[in-house]
Amino acid sequence: MADMDEFRDMFFVECDELLEVLATGLRQIEQPGFDVETVHAVFRAVHSVKGGAAAFGLTTLVTFAHRFETVLDLVRSDRLDVTPQIMALLHRCSDCLTDLVASARSGRDTDQAQVDGLMTELAALIDTETPEETAFEFTPISLDFDMPLSFDPVPPPASGLLVQMTPTFQLYRSGNDPMALLNALRKLGDADVHLDCEAVALLEDWSPEQPALSWQVRLSGAASQPDVMSVFEFVEDCCALTVRPLTEDDLPAPTPEPSAAPADTAPVAQIVRDAPTTAPPRAVQQQDSAQAAPTIRVALDRVDRLMNMIGELVIKEAMLSQVIQTAGLHEQPDVVAGLDAIRQLASDIQESVMAIRAQPLKLVFQRMHRILREAADATGKPVRMITIGEQTEVDKTMIERLVEPLTHMIRNSVDHGLEDSVTRQRRGKPQEGTITLSAAHRSGRVQIEVSDDGGGINRAKVRQIAEDRGLIAPGANLSPAEIDQLLFLPGFSSKDEVSALSGRGVGLDVVRREIMNLGGRVMIQSTEGQGTTFSIALPLTLAVVEGMLIQLGDQTMVLPITAVQETLRPENTMLHGVGHGSQLLSNRGELIPIIDLCTSFGVTRPAEGPDTGVLIVVETDSRRRAAFRVDAIFDQRQVVIKSLEQNYGRVPGVSAATILGDGKIALIIDPEEILLSMSNDQGRRMAAMASNG
Amino acid sequence: MTTRILAVDDSPTIRALVSKALRNAGFDVFLAVDGVDGVGALSEADPHLIITDINMPRMDGFGLIENVRATGAYADVPILVLTTESGADLKARARSAGATGWIVKPFEDERLIAVIDKVLGR
Repeated sequence: MADMDEFRDMFFVECDELLEVLATGLRQIEQPGFDVETVHAVFRAVHSVKGGAAAFGLTTLVTFAHRFETVLDLVRSDRLDVTPQIMALLHRCSDCLTDLVASARSGRDTDQAQVDGLMTELAALIDTETPEETAFEFTPISLDFDMPLSFDPVPPPASGLLVQMTPTFQLYRSGNDPMALLNALRKLGDADVHLDCEAVALLEDWSPEQPALSWQVRLSGAASQPDVMSVFEFVEDCCALTVRPLTEDDLPAPTPEPSAAPADTAPVAQIVRDAPTTAPPRAVQQQDSAQAAPTIRVALDRVDRLMNMIGELVIKEAMLSQVIQTAGLHEQPDVVAGLDAIRQLASDIQESVMAIRAQPLKLVFQRMHRILREAADATGKPVRMITIGEQTEVDKTMIERLVEPLTHMIRNSVDHGLEDSVTRQRRGKPQEGTITLSAAHRSGRVQIEVSDDGGGINRAKVRQIAEDRGLIAPGANLSPAEIDQLLFLPGFSSKDEVSALSGRGVGLDVVRREIMNLGGRVMIQSTEGQGTTFSIALPLTLAVVEGMLIQLGDQTMVLPITAVQETLRPENTMLHGVGHGSQLLSNRGELIPIIDLCTSFGVTRPAEGPDTGVLIVVETDSRRRAAFRVDAIFDQRQVVIKSLEQNYGRVPGVSAATILGDGKIALIIDPEEILLSMSNDQGRRMAAMASNG
Repeated sequence: MTTRILAVDDSPTIRALVSKALRNAGFDVFLAVDGVDGVGALSEADPHLIITDINMPRMDGFGLIENVRATGAYADVPILVLTTESGADLKARARSAGATGWIVKPFEDERLIAVIDKVLGR
């Protein structure tokens, strides 16, 4: 039933939101002085998951959610104190609920042992004296009457029933209507209705709160007493009611005709009898979930296609611009204006599409709380996590691909970054470690940081391990930053003994590779005794970059505009030679190493003086600065990123390639990598002088 | 004249399911996301019947019912409570707030429509 699938998808999307409310709410409850409304919101979230799950026959989910909700209700009504133990259990239940939703969604098997374990723990909290209300009722409301009522359990004779009803004020007040009830009775068979208004008081004594109308209905036909009672299911408590078989004393009743029941009474009777009694069998559930298509993916494909087309549009626009230039039309104001308008439009469309794809990092950050808890449990270190800037938006594809690297970084920070609580105490730090997960937009990129307040990187130890493993030559001259970079080498692991976490066989090298695949970069900053910060810098999009077109010899290259700080044509007095043909740029009292990009890329420069050309001051994501010497700057424009690695291979100092308006290929420069490759003695000496200067 | 029903539930899924069932049965459906929204939607929806959830943010189903019963124009409109709970306690509370009847989730479309027909006397 395609129709139901759609609702199912909708339910799972809703679940994502509800689970987020749940996880966020539980964390808030842990804080002192939390808002009572938070507890209600948490309760409602679980309750809504249960309600939806019941609609789709997801019994495991319903059963678990119900017990979870029962315990939350105890918290809500102050019958259960939220001790740290209870909080930990609630968190685990929240995780389990998330897992159950995921299982229901994908049709995978659930971890029944985990569910059973938690069910038992929850049950222990629920007071046995207040029996747990059944999770949901598949049978119609039972007809237990408090009102005086003669109810004969023997099947009624076919001759019919006598129904006597006297509504109380409450029946009218609750929006019930005797007329509706009589109409419903009429559907059960021929009804002879008699109104008794004997008891109605005179107007001066009459009170609307004491209605005195009474009806007597002689119902003929096959209707049974339960059929009749079901008509009164909502008014059993606000109506004096008698139902009994017709006797001869009740004449004049119409001649009973068992077969005379109108055909349209069948549905009512059938509904009562055939009310659902069981959830759909499991096999059906699985089949359903296998068919459930994640709608967001479908939408993404379309957006991707749109994004690709915009890439093509940008290229075509560049080509058109080139053709116009060749044709000598580029001086004509209307042509220039038209071209500018197209360029602006392409840029606007691109931004709009990016906005569609953008999603808050919250979606990833939320999941990290659980990773942190698990890591804390595995290592026995008390840890709390602070998240900052979780509303920062990045491309949807990146969100998914960030989960794995961030998971590893969080685990790494807990496992390797934080000291154990004894050491922390000795160092005068709070026993509980803090991991800060933050995100922010910074100069056209997204920067995500994972910081710990641990001991910082033990560089002597890192160095020793790298030497032992033959990753570096013994006694190699390495700067602290370079030692930190060793952590990213494949196979590097500084943990003395294998812990529960590091047994997973993933190193920081995998993190770096994944981030680089996203067009990003990972950096480390560490202060001995104070902690370590891993920063990830990501592009906003994987498709287009705003670049500066530069000339190096006979080559045209692209420098991402996000790295560019300023461009200048230096006076001779601003240049300082430091030997080996190297130079420093003195700019506003600051000394910046100059890197000749022609040398970096091995491009032959036309025979001209070394001081000609233009300098571009760049600052990279790791806040390293340098001045790139180039021959000329052409233009600034959006270029479409085409992967070089997929089509050709990895080129040092180059992040990707693009196609220019004239159809030629231009390489997109990676400033960070160029600065990193400056890690030879000369570069370091220059950098040292620059920082001393 | 088409019968208008105002359905109030904070769950988009339940709203969609209820809405589908009601529209298939030929009702005009108006939706609200919680009690406050529901009270606000009264004059626009001008409902012949209201279906409401109990557990909702801002104003729950009991609050909604009490508010509707307190307004002159809709004080007599039948209100059905659509709830996961089926405890006698809850029914008593719903009744004392002024609910006309209740349907336990998960509901079958036929059951929902049959109950609506019954309280509307159709």
